[in-house]
Amino acid sequence: MRKAEETFLPEPERYEFRAMPMHQFALGRRDFFKIFGAGIAVFAVAKEVSAMQETAPGPHGFHNEELPEEIGAWLHIGEDGTVTGFAGKAEIGQNVRTSLAQTIADELGVAVASVRMVLADTALTPFDAGTFGSKTIATITPQLRRVAAAARDLLLEKAAREWNVPADRLVAGDGKVSDPATGKSLRYAQLAREAIGARKPPAEDPIKPASEWIVAGTPVPKVDAREFVTGGHRYSTDLRPEGMLYGKILRPPSFNATLISCDDSAAKAMKDVVLVRDGDFTGAAAPTVAAAEAALRSLQVKWKELPQISDQEIFSYLKKNAQPSKEARFRQAKGSVDGGLAEAAHKLDASYTVAYIAHAPLEPRAAVAQWTDGKLTVWMGTQRPFAVRDDLADIFHVSEKNVRVIVPDTGSAYGGKHTSDAGLEAARLAKAAGGRPVKLVWTREEEFTWAYFRPAGVIEVKSGIAADGKLTAWEFHNYHSGMSGIETPYVVANQVTEYHQVPLVLRSGSYRGLAATANHFARETHMDSLAGRASMDPLEFRLKNLAEPRMRAVLETGAKAFGWPRQKSAEGQGFGVAAGYEKGSYVATFAEILVDRKNNSVTVKKLLEVFECGAIVNPDGLRNQVVGAMIQGLGGALFESIQFENGRISNAHFASYRVPRFKDVPEIEAILLDRKDIPSAGAGETPIMAIAPAIGNAFSDATKIRLTKLPLRPELHLQG
Amino acid sequence: MATGIELEINGKGYLVNYPPDTPLLYVLRDELGLTGTKYGCGEGMCGACTVLIGGTARRSCQIPLGAALSKPITTIEGLEKNGVLDPVQQAFLDAGAFQCAYCTSGMIMSSVSLLEANPHPTTAQIVQSLQGNICRCGTYTRIIKAVQRAAETLKGRSK
Repeated sequence: MRKAEETFLPEPERYEFRAMPMHQFALGRRDFFKIFGAGIAVFAVAKEVSAMQETAPGPHGFHNEELPEEIGAWLHIGEDGTVTGFAGKAEIGQNVRTSLAQTIADELGVAVASVRMVLADTALTPFDAGTFGSKTIATITPQLRRVAAAARDLLLEKAAREWNVPADRLVAGDGKVSDPATGKSLRYAQLAREAIGARKPPAEDPIKPASEWIVAGTPVPKVDAREFVTGGHRYSTDLRPEGMLYGKILRPPSFNATLISCDDSAAKAMKDVVLVRDGDFTGAAAPTVAAAEAALRSLQVKWKELPQISDQEIFSYLKKNAQPSKEARFRQAKGSVDGGLAEAAHKLDASYTVAYIAHAPLEPRAAVAQWTDGKLTVWMGTQRPFAVRDDLADIFHVSEKNVRVIVPDTGSAYGGKHTSDAGLEAARLAKAAGGRPVKLVWTREEEFTWAYFRPAGVIEVKSGIAADGKLTAWEFHNYHSGMSGIETPYVVANQVTEYHQVPLVLRSGSYRGLAATANHFARETHMDSLAGRASMDPLEFRLKNLAEPRMRAVLETGAKAFGWPRQKSAEGQGFGVAAGYEKGSYVATFAEILVDRKNNSVTVKKLLEVFECGAIVNPDGLRNQVVGAMIQGLGGALFESIQFENGRISNAHFASYRVPRFKDVPEIEAILLDRKDIPSAGAGETPIMAIAPAIGNAFSDATKIRLTKLPLRPELHLQG
Repeated sequence: MATGIELEINGKGYLVNYPPDTPLLYVLRDELGLTGTKYGCGEGMCGACTVLIGGTARRSCQIPLGAALSKPITTIEGLEKNGVLDPVQQAFLDAGAFQCAYCTSGMIMSSVSLLEANPHPTTAQIVQSLQGNICRCGTYTRIIKAVQRAAETLKGRSK
């Protein structure tokens, strides 16, 4: 097994990764052409451009069987002119199917409609560690541009030979190569029909600068949107292969419960029911969901349960059980915090907490699994198809070559669909089902209970400022929640930041923005308090301590649009600001709230956000992502929290776990700064992270009450 | 126990053999293959499974089969007519009112029902009417615009 060259070090709060397989893509090119037939194929190697291309296999296969290592993306131009791009990323609602097609169309000079993207299929697409960390646009877009540019050059050369003219006087675009001197042209489809020799990598980076983009940078609608408004798109949950059975899994009544006894005689006697008991695993598959449920209900089961930590004790538990830092990266220090505190005119220590929250994707975890002649195929909504493939191969003791994971465009994930569970469960049931496929769809309660959560955390901050408002000392400790966004963007000579690991209490892991939301909540709330100590305007205080020009730009743009500093025009009004940067993108959020003490209610009236992620690939898709993140961020900011006691989730339903709905949406304004001079970064995460502190700071502005816990639940703080 | 139950769905007659207490959702999806109607919670709390029963939006996960037999049922698959999208579908498409789009079927069905009952809803009425539908991706502002756009289209037609 080849090792992936890219060394990937996941953030420590991606607890669900633990032992992350990093195997290399291992499909023969032959298979690829079996599926797609003749034409031109161009492969891009992850970092350096090194497109190699292959032509129609013919009866003798290829002259080069070895795939280049580190393939990041590839592209095929069929004899009918259809362009197919391949990438291992998954479409989970973030609209990459469209933005990647746009990228290819732009570089190759074809219409978006003629580009088809094959995504996240372990048999067809290059190895990919997973769709997380806002990486698709930053890493896959340049690779697809490289393959598209190489393919375009091949077509130009082919036409040049055909007409016996120099290639550099020909023009590629609009799906054809033209010779302006003669007026002749040849469609890509015609040029793709014949063999072209192998090619060396272009010496220079062929990527078009954003200032020359034609299709990229424009608001292209979701490419297959019609399928979604007609109900035609098939999510994993919708698949119904011939002969399919429905699976159900027996879940323990609480976490860490052990099975003492199980009388399964009634279930075994049921007609058409496949019952599987394998160690901790008990499940049933049957022709209907009801029959599978009936089989599980018929089991006479005794469990041994254990007393466990509750949400009431979690924060003191996290503090008490912190472990010494294991890795150097967990702690960053410079200067002397003690020295900085000694010279401070004002000091402030404070502690913040963040609750566990759930991803609650509307499509729950689901998979369809089928075994055929010892080979396993799993259709599953996952962000990490290759990791799922490797887990399946390990657990079922089969070669990775004999496992294929296909990800239908998925009903959202938000960092929650990284684990293999639903796929493993469906595959285990299917293994006993005699070749029949088995579908497993987690119930909402299972989704709220047996998935994993954004980890809870405690954050402690010690700080000092000089009389003029300059930061002199900054010490920041995050217990358990994670270290994304832990580093302060403000200029402080004396600082310590440290992440403290704590053994898991609930299953925890990645979540949109990871710990950047928690760390920005603590930091930006604390900065607001410090501004108060310095008797400075919160925006002025931030700018005084900020050198980073891109972060200054989002703050200054937002201030202008929001009218900061604003005069209060109503009783109970409050304004707040928060900002930060993470994963190559910059955000500033401004909030207006209204506190009604008589009715004990707090309303977020307006959110304004300025976001900058370099050159914008699709302004419509980006706006959708930014606004969506702002609205999702309202939930974690105001009311979302997982409640638990003795290993049971107390609010595992939408009736008790509140998520943002229509009535929660305030007036929203999103301002996107397009920096064509800066490479595009991802945008799925950063827009969520400054919502909570902006609202909390606005509440403090309205009431002088400082909120230090997420969710804020501001209405609970109005009494007395 | 299971006797044949006749249903009229999207203008077609179906005879299904399921116990009458089976929620309509599972019959639509698992028996009839009408998978455009989604499972989101099975508890009537998210709106993903919304269909029209006698023209009114109902949560199909909460409707026992036995209660669905006397009135015509419309699912998302029944809105498109002769290759032409319903104005509400078209408005969602034009407004780009989705991300992962798993909630979209339910949002569209709820909106069709709203506009049937109230062709010129205010924003507050749209919000009230769709409050039971969750879009976890947070595309609510675009969905409101889509409903307003559909109302405009329908207004133009009725002139």
